[in-house]
Amino acid sequence: MAMLEIDDLRVAFPRGKTDEIEALRGVSLRLEKGERLGVVGESGAGKSMLAFAILNLIAEPGRVSHGEVRFEGENLLDLSDRQIRSIRGNRISMIFQDPMVTLNPVLTIGQQMIETLKAHRRISRREAHRLSVEKLKMVAIPSAESRMDAYPHELSGGLRQRVVIAIALLTDPELIIADEPTTALDVTIQAEIMALILKLCRENDVALILITHDLGVVAEVTQKLMIMYAGKCVEAGDTQTIIGNPKHPYTSGLLQALPQKAERGTKLYQIPGSMPPITALPNGCPYHPRCPRATEECRAFMPDMKQGVACYHPLLSAEETV
Amino acid sequence: MHILAFLIRRTLQAVIVMFVISIIGFSIQGNLGDPLRELVGQSVSEAERQALREQLGLNDPFFVQYFRFLGNAVQGDLGTSYFFKRPALDVIMDKFPATFELVLGAVFIFLSLSIPAGIYCAIHRDSWLTRIIMTGSIIGISVPVFLTAILLVWLFGVELGWLPAFGRGDTYELPWGWETGFLTLDGLSHLILPSVALSSIMLPLFIRLIRAEMMETMGTDYVRFARAKGLSTARVRYVHAFRNTLLPVVTVGGLMIGTLIAYTILTETVFQWPGMGFLFLEAVNRVDTPLIIAYIIVVGLIFVVVNTIVDFIYTLINPMVKLPGAKA
Amino acid sequence: MINWRTLFKRFMSDPVAVAAGGVLLILVLMAVFAPLLAPQNPYDLMQLDIMDSELPPVWTGDGDPRYLLGTDTQGRGVLSTIMYGTGISLIIGIGAVVVQGILGVTLGLIAGYKGGWIDSFLMRLADIQMSLSTLMIAIIVLALFQAAFDANIYADYAIFMLILIIGMAEWPKFARTVRSSVLGERKKEYVDAARVIGLPPRKVMWGHILPNTLTPVLVISTIQVAEAIMTEAALSFLGLGMPVDRPSLGSLIRSGFEFVFSGQYWITLYPALVLIALVLALNLLGDWLRDVLNPKLRRGDD
Repeated sequence: MAMLEIDDLRVAFPRGKTDEIEALRGVSLRLEKGERLGVVGESGAGKSMLAFAILNLIAEPGRVSHGEVRFEGENLLDLSDRQIRSIRGNRISMIFQDPMVTLNPVLTIGQQMIETLKAHRRISRREAHRLSVEKLKMVAIPSAESRMDAYPHELSGGLRQRVVIAIALLTDPELIIADEPTTALDVTIQAEIMALILKLCRENDVALILITHDLGVVAEVTQKLMIMYAGKCVEAGDTQTIIGNPKHPYTSGLLQALPQKAERGTKLYQIPGSMPPITALPNGCPYHPRCPRATEECRAFMPDMKQGVACYHPLLSAEETV
Repeated sequence: MHILAFLIRRTLQAVIVMFVISIIGFSIQGNLGDPLRELVGQSVSEAERQALREQLGLNDPFFVQYFRFLGNAVQGDLGTSYFFKRPALDVIMDKFPATFELVLGAVFIFLSLSIPAGIYCAIHRDSWLTRIIMTGSIIGISVPVFLTAILLVWLFGVELGWLPAFGRGDTYELPWGWETGFLTLDGLSHLILPSVALSSIMLPLFIRLIRAEMMETMGTDYVRFARAKGLSTARVRYVHAFRNTLLPVVTVGGLMIGTLIAYTILTETVFQWPGMGFLFLEAVNRVDTPLIIAYIIVVGLIFVVVNTIVDFIYTLINPMVKLPGAKA
Repeated sequence: MINWRTLFKRFMSDPVAVAAGGVLLILVLMAVFAPLLAPQNPYDLMQLDIMDSELPPVWTGDGDPRYLLGTDTQGRGVLSTIMYGTGISLIIGIGAVVVQGILGVTLGLIAGYKGGWIDSFLMRLADIQMSLSTLMIAIIVLALFQAAFDANIYADYAIFMLILIIGMAEWPKFARTVRSSVLGERKKEYVDAARVIGLPPRKVMWGHILPNTLTPVLVISTIQVAEAIMTEAALSFLGLGMPVDRPSLGSLIRSGFEFVFSGQYWITLYPALVLIALVLALNLLGDWLRDVLNPKLRRGDD
């Protein structure tokens, strides 16, 4: 039994008075202790939805409509409020995208760290304070002690995200879900923060689900990879294997579009068309309008995941490009 | 240190404002009625009038008179009431406890009702209680301010006869001269209806405001993050969300001070409450000019002081407004 | 710009708007045709009979069929005084909003278009005025006015004073609305186009920008009329507004107030009900207008 097992998870939103529309359309995955998984896709593909669904944090009027999220055997979606709260921020932590709006502007860093500790353990204020300073040092924040009394707006973006990471590590969680942790930061700082996350996860044997739209980052940080498109997973497996040998046409397209792959002097490759919104999905495979390999079968029926790819005409070798 | 700078700056501003008010007040006073007429009556000869004018300094140039007025004012002498034949400031300050206790009672009721109601309506959006409160507040905003007071007087004072609707009742005089209604049962019962009336005038607005702000705060990312950290629902709502709700509410509160003073005058009129507002209206009826001017100056001062206090409170609760601390 | 036909259709399909509009129409007609409709002319001293004073409404049994809603202490029929009084309240309300509107729109246009120190100065002034609150400013000014002049002179000018003061105290609301519209419109291309062909600033302001800022002005006008009527009623209730012999709804409430205790509730109750109806109808219409004309302005409270 893996540490985290997700079976056919679906998230739905009401449309009109009687209808529902699925934003996440049946995602499954397995994650072992200490493993690092990358979840890649465009905006709107459902990646963040997946992250929030794991901790049952889907905001109303959305809801998890189907599926199970088993953490160490327990289905998180079945837990009572109190039980799930003891998992959130404790055994499973989250890192949000934009540190500017993640931290409460009217509370100090120290207050926001100490409250996390006190919510999950019986611990004195002083001890919580000490632990917090320790974690701040761990994420390389200078003058950690005095920062405890600072307010979020007094820190730069990079420092703020380090604080968020520190908060995530406070309770020595088993899993961290990082939702685009560097997207909102300066380009120059992105690499630093990503390196920090990687180092801390390795050193403390913490599993990681890294949600991003950046394939380049994923290659360096993760061991397993999942590609999402229009609310579904279209390819999943070992990161290096997928990157070296993509099977799904979409994955191949994404890899080709990477600036690093482009030859000097040629136009940057772009997958023609755009991802359809959840409200206007085509029949069959959602990728078929943009796929040069699409056939009648693709237009009519949704392909199931077979050997790590959901496609009727997967690419078979590394030389094949789309 | 920052607090000191803030206070000094605001005090300076306040002094300037008071200057302006006093000049306006003084120059108007010169044109309202003839002080001589009030003091001496008809049967005095013209020569004696002129002599009296000279003696009182009424023929001096404007600015000389003004500075004399200012000098007196700073020492607490704002002229003498025609009607009461006593220093205007004394007359006004006599009535200050009554108005103060009325406002205190109203603020107490108002705070203890509007905050819970606003928070409740934000959290439980579809409950029947929320619907009732919101409908009530729309009606409340539309009913002209003094009618709620009249309705209360009629319903509880006349028809049901449960509560007195007239005056202050028995008061108890504290050692330093403050007549309080809080220490006698009769005084307290007289305080109820007017306080409720005054607070009811501000309630609908603030309930809606608190509700709207709370709903917005509850949808922010930092509240979501707080939930993701596994914090209890109570802490998420009342510490994370509510603290942020307070900021715009305090700002709006600060803007309503002038309105509150006006509403106090209205409430005192309906309940014949012997406070400063009621005194002011009587002074207008009697054309008691010094008293009118003195009231305007006192109210101006109160306005400026309360505004400063509210601004100060705002800097206390909004960490982003302090002078910048150590930057990263 | 505004599509009047669509507006009318949406109006007819919203029961609240139709009800409010209906009530408003009735009250306005009642006020306008008061001289024809009212059973008596309460201002004609020859028609009054002091013996008729303090009669209760006709359905209580002690009443007099000539005075449907009873009479006040001077023998004036309450129904008649309400009819005339509504007219006065409306005149003051609408008049004040016209003054606010002209003053506010002009200053708002100038502030928004010229910018710079004029803008800062005007907005600062608006801030100060708004924090002082219209009611307080009006109370002080009217109190001083009343103290300065003889009661009779005051009575003659009261209606103008009220319109003027409420108008001048509330201009900030119109000014701010217009200013933010102007700031938004300034960025648009048609302004640059007008300037490029050499139109002077005044023409650009009035001819081109103004028509596009009228929608928000229309939206707040209705609610401002309700506000003005409420303010005037409060002032009259305090004795600083319309005098007792040319009463508005507020003054009527004032004159009947002392009799609430002795049981002659009708002198205050009926003017109060009419006032509430008038203000509520205006507020509901104003809300509807705001929701329909500019969904972006909708507050997040439904």
